[in-house]
Amino acid sequence: MDQELKRELILENYQHPFHKGLKKDGYIVENANNESCIDNLDISIKVEDGKIVDATFDGEACAISTSATSILLKKIVGKSVSEVQKLLENYQNMIEEAPYDEALLEELLAYQDIYLQPNRKTCALLPSRAVQNILKQL
Amino acid sequence: MNREDFPFLKKDIIYFDNGATSLKPKVVLDAMNDYYENYAANIHRGDYDSSYLASQIYDGVRERVRNFIGAKEKEEIVFTKGTTESLNTVIFGFLKKKLKKGDEVLTTKAEHASLLLPLMILEKEIGIKLTFIPLEDDYSLSYENFVKSVSAKTKVVAIAGVSNVIGDDRPLNQIGSYCKDAQILFLVDGAQSVPHTKTDVIKDHIDFLAFSSHKMLGPTGLGVLYGRRELLEQVEPFEYGGDMNNTFTSNGEITLKQIPSRLEAGTPPIAEVFGLDKAICYLENIGMERIEQYEQELKAYFLEKIKEIPQVEVYNKDIKGGSVIFNIKNVFSQDTAIYLNHFHICVRAGSHCAKALKEEMPIANTVRASFYFYNTKEEIDCLIEALKQSDRLYDVIL
Repeated sequence: MDQELKRELILENYQHPFHKGLKKDGYIVENANNESCIDNLDISIKVEDGKIVDATFDGEACAISTSATSILLKKIVGKSVSEVQKLLENYQNMIEEAPYDEALLEELLAYQDIYLQPNRKTCALLPSRAVQNILKQL
Repeated sequence: MNREDFPFLKKDIIYFDNGATSLKPKVVLDAMNDYYENYAANIHRGDYDSSYLASQIYDGVRERVRNFIGAKEKEEIVFTKGTTESLNTVIFGFLKKKLKKGDEVLTTKAEHASLLLPLMILEKEIGIKLTFIPLEDDYSLSYENFVKSVSAKTKVVAIAGVSNVIGDDRPLNQIGSYCKDAQILFLVDGAQSVPHTKTDVIKDHIDFLAFSSHKMLGPTGLGVLYGRRELLEQVEPFEYGGDMNNTFTSNGEITLKQIPSRLEAGTPPIAEVFGLDKAICYLENIGMERIEQYEQELKAYFLEKIKEIPQVEVYNKDIKGGSVIFNIKNVFSQDTAIYLNHFHICVRAGSHCAKALKEEMPIANTVRASFYFYNTKEEIDCLIEALKQSDRLYDVIL
């Protein structure tokens, strides 16, 4: 993915995030609070028959965290829990510079170069850790 | 001023995060090395020259601190590991014993976590009541609002001398006088005031004062707790161990030393105390009044220049202290801080450890640039220049 497209994707999802506005009824809610900085997002996910049927979020966070949440939530809706787990694993590997499957990640490849700014890794990982915590509660 | 004395300033970095911690002049670093290279020994323990000499210097620094904050006796100066430990010592070692259910502690929502959290825990533990003095429209604390908040149940006033986010210089003298007459205990968090303004615990009737070495040119891991003798003598130690006891037997007979040693269990940060000594000398040589005045000059300069940038909103314009909090419109504060980092400008983003302030202020997260005497107008020009170009912020940070 070229640099310009990455930037566009991040900015588009930051300024017009997907499913912003937290729904709680019938959802599992998790606060994604970045320990090292000030990001503070609530993420909620609705699961039916082992499938993510909806995902929402709200809160205040930086461009990287907010956009990554938007893109990630967009991607997981409609997927089975096991598919999401696989996706999260690959996404986290990409951020942490471990081997990962590019084909699975699509738009999330926008964060491919985050490792070049190590202090921003936690921002990019914020939503995936929160979603992982939600899946643990199932 | 005095930039040549600070090794960190030789780097191509503009340091505007002095509210978080200050830079250290070489004399402070040298003093710490001097301890390790030439004294090395533990204090109050050895019967050899270097231990004796190190003890003499260590205890001598109490005199330096005493004089710096206008205290009466050097025994009223306790070395701790920082403001946080100093405040926790007072709150759990003194207030917990003295207060009872329903007693009121007056404070504000602008206080730092190190003051509010232990008070909130004490509220849960023994049922004291925390009452928050309303802030003014500019989020400062006025004497009038303080007086209106006092009730017959008010036993303690616990506030910062200068607040951590807004930077307002609290009317300590008026509040202290009131507390003295009304027999209310006056506890002051001096973390942001002691490094920047002249402190006088007697004139301001301060009963307990807490502050940190690292925000006033000194080393990290060291702080001070000042307490009026008759009060400090009643503080229960937070920790028990070496150097603070006179004698003990296995059947539970313990005799503790007098203050201040009683409140300094274990080997203290000796090298750091050596460093703090030089830090205070350094500040005294410049003069606290001069430091305060220069910081106000820097702030006024910033405010004048920032007028050229309508997309930047400053939230503490009318506050005279040496820090500014602002946001670029529609930009999250952390993104601004990351953007400025690309220009090698260090600022702080967030709620600055005063997380209850968001209940009073419409903006929870801000960028804070906090100045010290070694900052310059030229550095502020660089900040202004970077902020002027902020329409390309996302091109820079993404």
